[in-house]
Amino acid sequence: MKITATDLACERGGRIVFTELNFAVESGRFLELTGPNGAGKSSLLRLLSGLSEPRHGRLKLAGGGGDLTLAEQAHYIAHGEASKSALSVAENLIFWRDFLGGGDLANALGAVNLASLADYPVALLSEGQKRRLALARLALVTRPIWLLDEPSAGLDAASQKLLISLMRQHLKSDGIIIAATHVSLGLKPDQSLHLSGASQS
Amino acid sequence: MKPLIALLRRDLVLAARQGGGVGTALGFFLTVLVLLPIGVGPDQATLQRLAPGILWITLLLAVLLSADRIFQQDYEDGSLEIMAMAPTPLELVVFIKAIAHWLSTSLPLSLAAPFLGILLNLHDQIIWPLIAAMGMGSIGLSFIASIGASFTLNLRRGGLLISILVLPLYVPILVFGMSAATGNPELVMPSLLILSAIALASLVLAPIAAAAALRAYLK
Amino acid sequence: MQQFANPTRFLKIANASLPYVWAVTALLFAIGLYGALLSAPADYQQGETVRIMFVHVPAAWMALFVYTVMALASALAIVFRHPLADVAAKAAAPIGAVFCFLALATGSLWGKPMWGAWWVWDARLTSMFVLMLLYVGYIAIWQAIEEPGRAALIARIVALVGFVNIPIVKFSVDWWNSLHQPASVFRMGGPTIDRSMLWPLLVMGLAYTFLFLALHLVSIRSEITQRKLRNLRIARSGDR
Repeated sequence: MKITATDLACERGGRIVFTELNFAVESGRFLELTGPNGAGKSSLLRLLSGLSEPRHGRLKLAGGGGDLTLAEQAHYIAHGEASKSALSVAENLIFWRDFLGGGDLANALGAVNLASLADYPVALLSEGQKRRLALARLALVTRPIWLLDEPSAGLDAASQKLLISLMRQHLKSDGIIIAATHVSLGLKPDQSLHLSGASQS
Repeated sequence: MKPLIALLRRDLVLAARQGGGVGTALGFFLTVLVLLPIGVGPDQATLQRLAPGILWITLLLAVLLSADRIFQQDYEDGSLEIMAMAPTPLELVVFIKAIAHWLSTSLPLSLAAPFLGILLNLHDQIIWPLIAAMGMGSIGLSFIASIGASFTLNLRRGGLLISILVLPLYVPILVFGMSAATGNPELVMPSLLILSAIALASLVLAPIAAAAALRAYLK
Repeated sequence: MQQFANPTRFLKIANASLPYVWAVTALLFAIGLYGALLSAPADYQQGETVRIMFVHVPAAWMALFVYTVMALASALAIVFRHPLADVAAKAAAPIGAVFCFLALATGSLWGKPMWGAWWVWDARLTSMFVLMLLYVGYIAIWQAIEEPGRAALIARIVALVGFVNIPIVKFSVDWWNSLHQPASVFRMGGPTIDRSMLWPLLVMGLAYTFLFLALHLVSIRSEITQRKLRNLRIARSGDR
């Protein structure tokens, strides 16, 4: 499996965020996106997730599951927790499991250390615990591509370790990770892409 | 099918647990029904004449006021992005969410409203045609509301804007809903048939329009 | 810069043709108003007030016509993703709303001597009123969404949803009206119309159409200029 971006250009709100971006990521590799605010890290992840379209250039996915698009094979974790406060931790995960096509609930709860809080309403969780619940989706449903936007935000040291071990496992099982980070995650990236934020017009 | 059933179940559970569902809408209904006689006077004959129209208009407003619930939360917490990426077409997601809104709000409201009409001295003969018309019309109400909700997804003044966008689209439902409740039995069947045609059209067209608007907001 | 290529060509054509369009508009109005105010006879029932028809009926036609133009432009924008189509739809809306308002206001003026009231919920006026609301909603959505690219995407769908609804609203309002007023007392601009009144009416319709064309071109031009300004501002703030 390989994601290739050729001559990618992105526009947001009438502003050219980046142009002539080229990179390729293969199975089992971790691509780190760095750069200042507004350089287009999140915009690039949204392009990869298929939510927005590139102004120019193309994104290609080689290999992978049949007719599925890149977006359909990807997990996208951004700022939203995608959990409902009126549901319990387990209910939230069960919904995503069923909606996204099946997975192992107990494994996911264990991976983010929320097993003891499974029946807790999300309304009672702390911010950090809610972030962990969002990350639990990664372990819940198997998807070869992970698109992570500041995944470590709001996590304490112990939770960051959980995240890193999740990522390690994913890479070991030939997954692809593309993550935008502000501070280093503590996991050495295989590749790094620096977006400078200098816009060309 | 499984993703859609999961979504329907979740939305119905949320509507039941979070309030803002049919209970609040019923409260709104009752409030309007109390204000009406205070506004126009307690004359029985006047209230009886106004009753079907008032019930319909209150129903339109109650459905409209609850419409922002359909997508807003899922948009704000990022759930909608994940749904848009999933293999399930976004049109089907919209369809299911509109169905959930219909089951949790419009349908119970439209079944209850004619009975609340007793407070307005609603004519006995009109109650059943009104229930049938409101039940049929409420499908269109929920689906058209979902279009409006998708148009005003994250707008601060969305509440006012959604009224301007959606209420004109409710005109046909109001017209045929009322023509079923004139007391003339010959009009009931044709009105119900046209209402069901409107419901069918909105079942097909609303998800397409709303999904397109949602995609624009997710960009 | 590639995206400006087409609007620039459009501006050239618009600037070159506008004087002629204005001239034709003025000529048509001169002929039409002569026919409407001087040559056409007063109605034997309605007297001189029938002349309001020459302002009212074409305004109502135009209100529908302009919405059709908007919907068509929106459909083209969806199919071809051409930015000019969005601009054309956006620029048409306020003009159409003014025609619609004109139709309502003259309808009201006409209604006073005919019905003895400034406003009567006649089927045509009611449908026109709903059309006005569709215009207001469309304009409001452009104003409410701050990001122009996104506003364009949503506005296209708003225009098309409204367009699909116009005939349904028309049908239902006619039905509604027939329920409440079985015998129509008076119909505006009915099909039986004398030839001496018909030609000024048609000329006035044509004059309105050219007026719309002129206003639309001016409005598209100013919209393009505004967008250029905005893009220049963004480009400049990006350089810093």
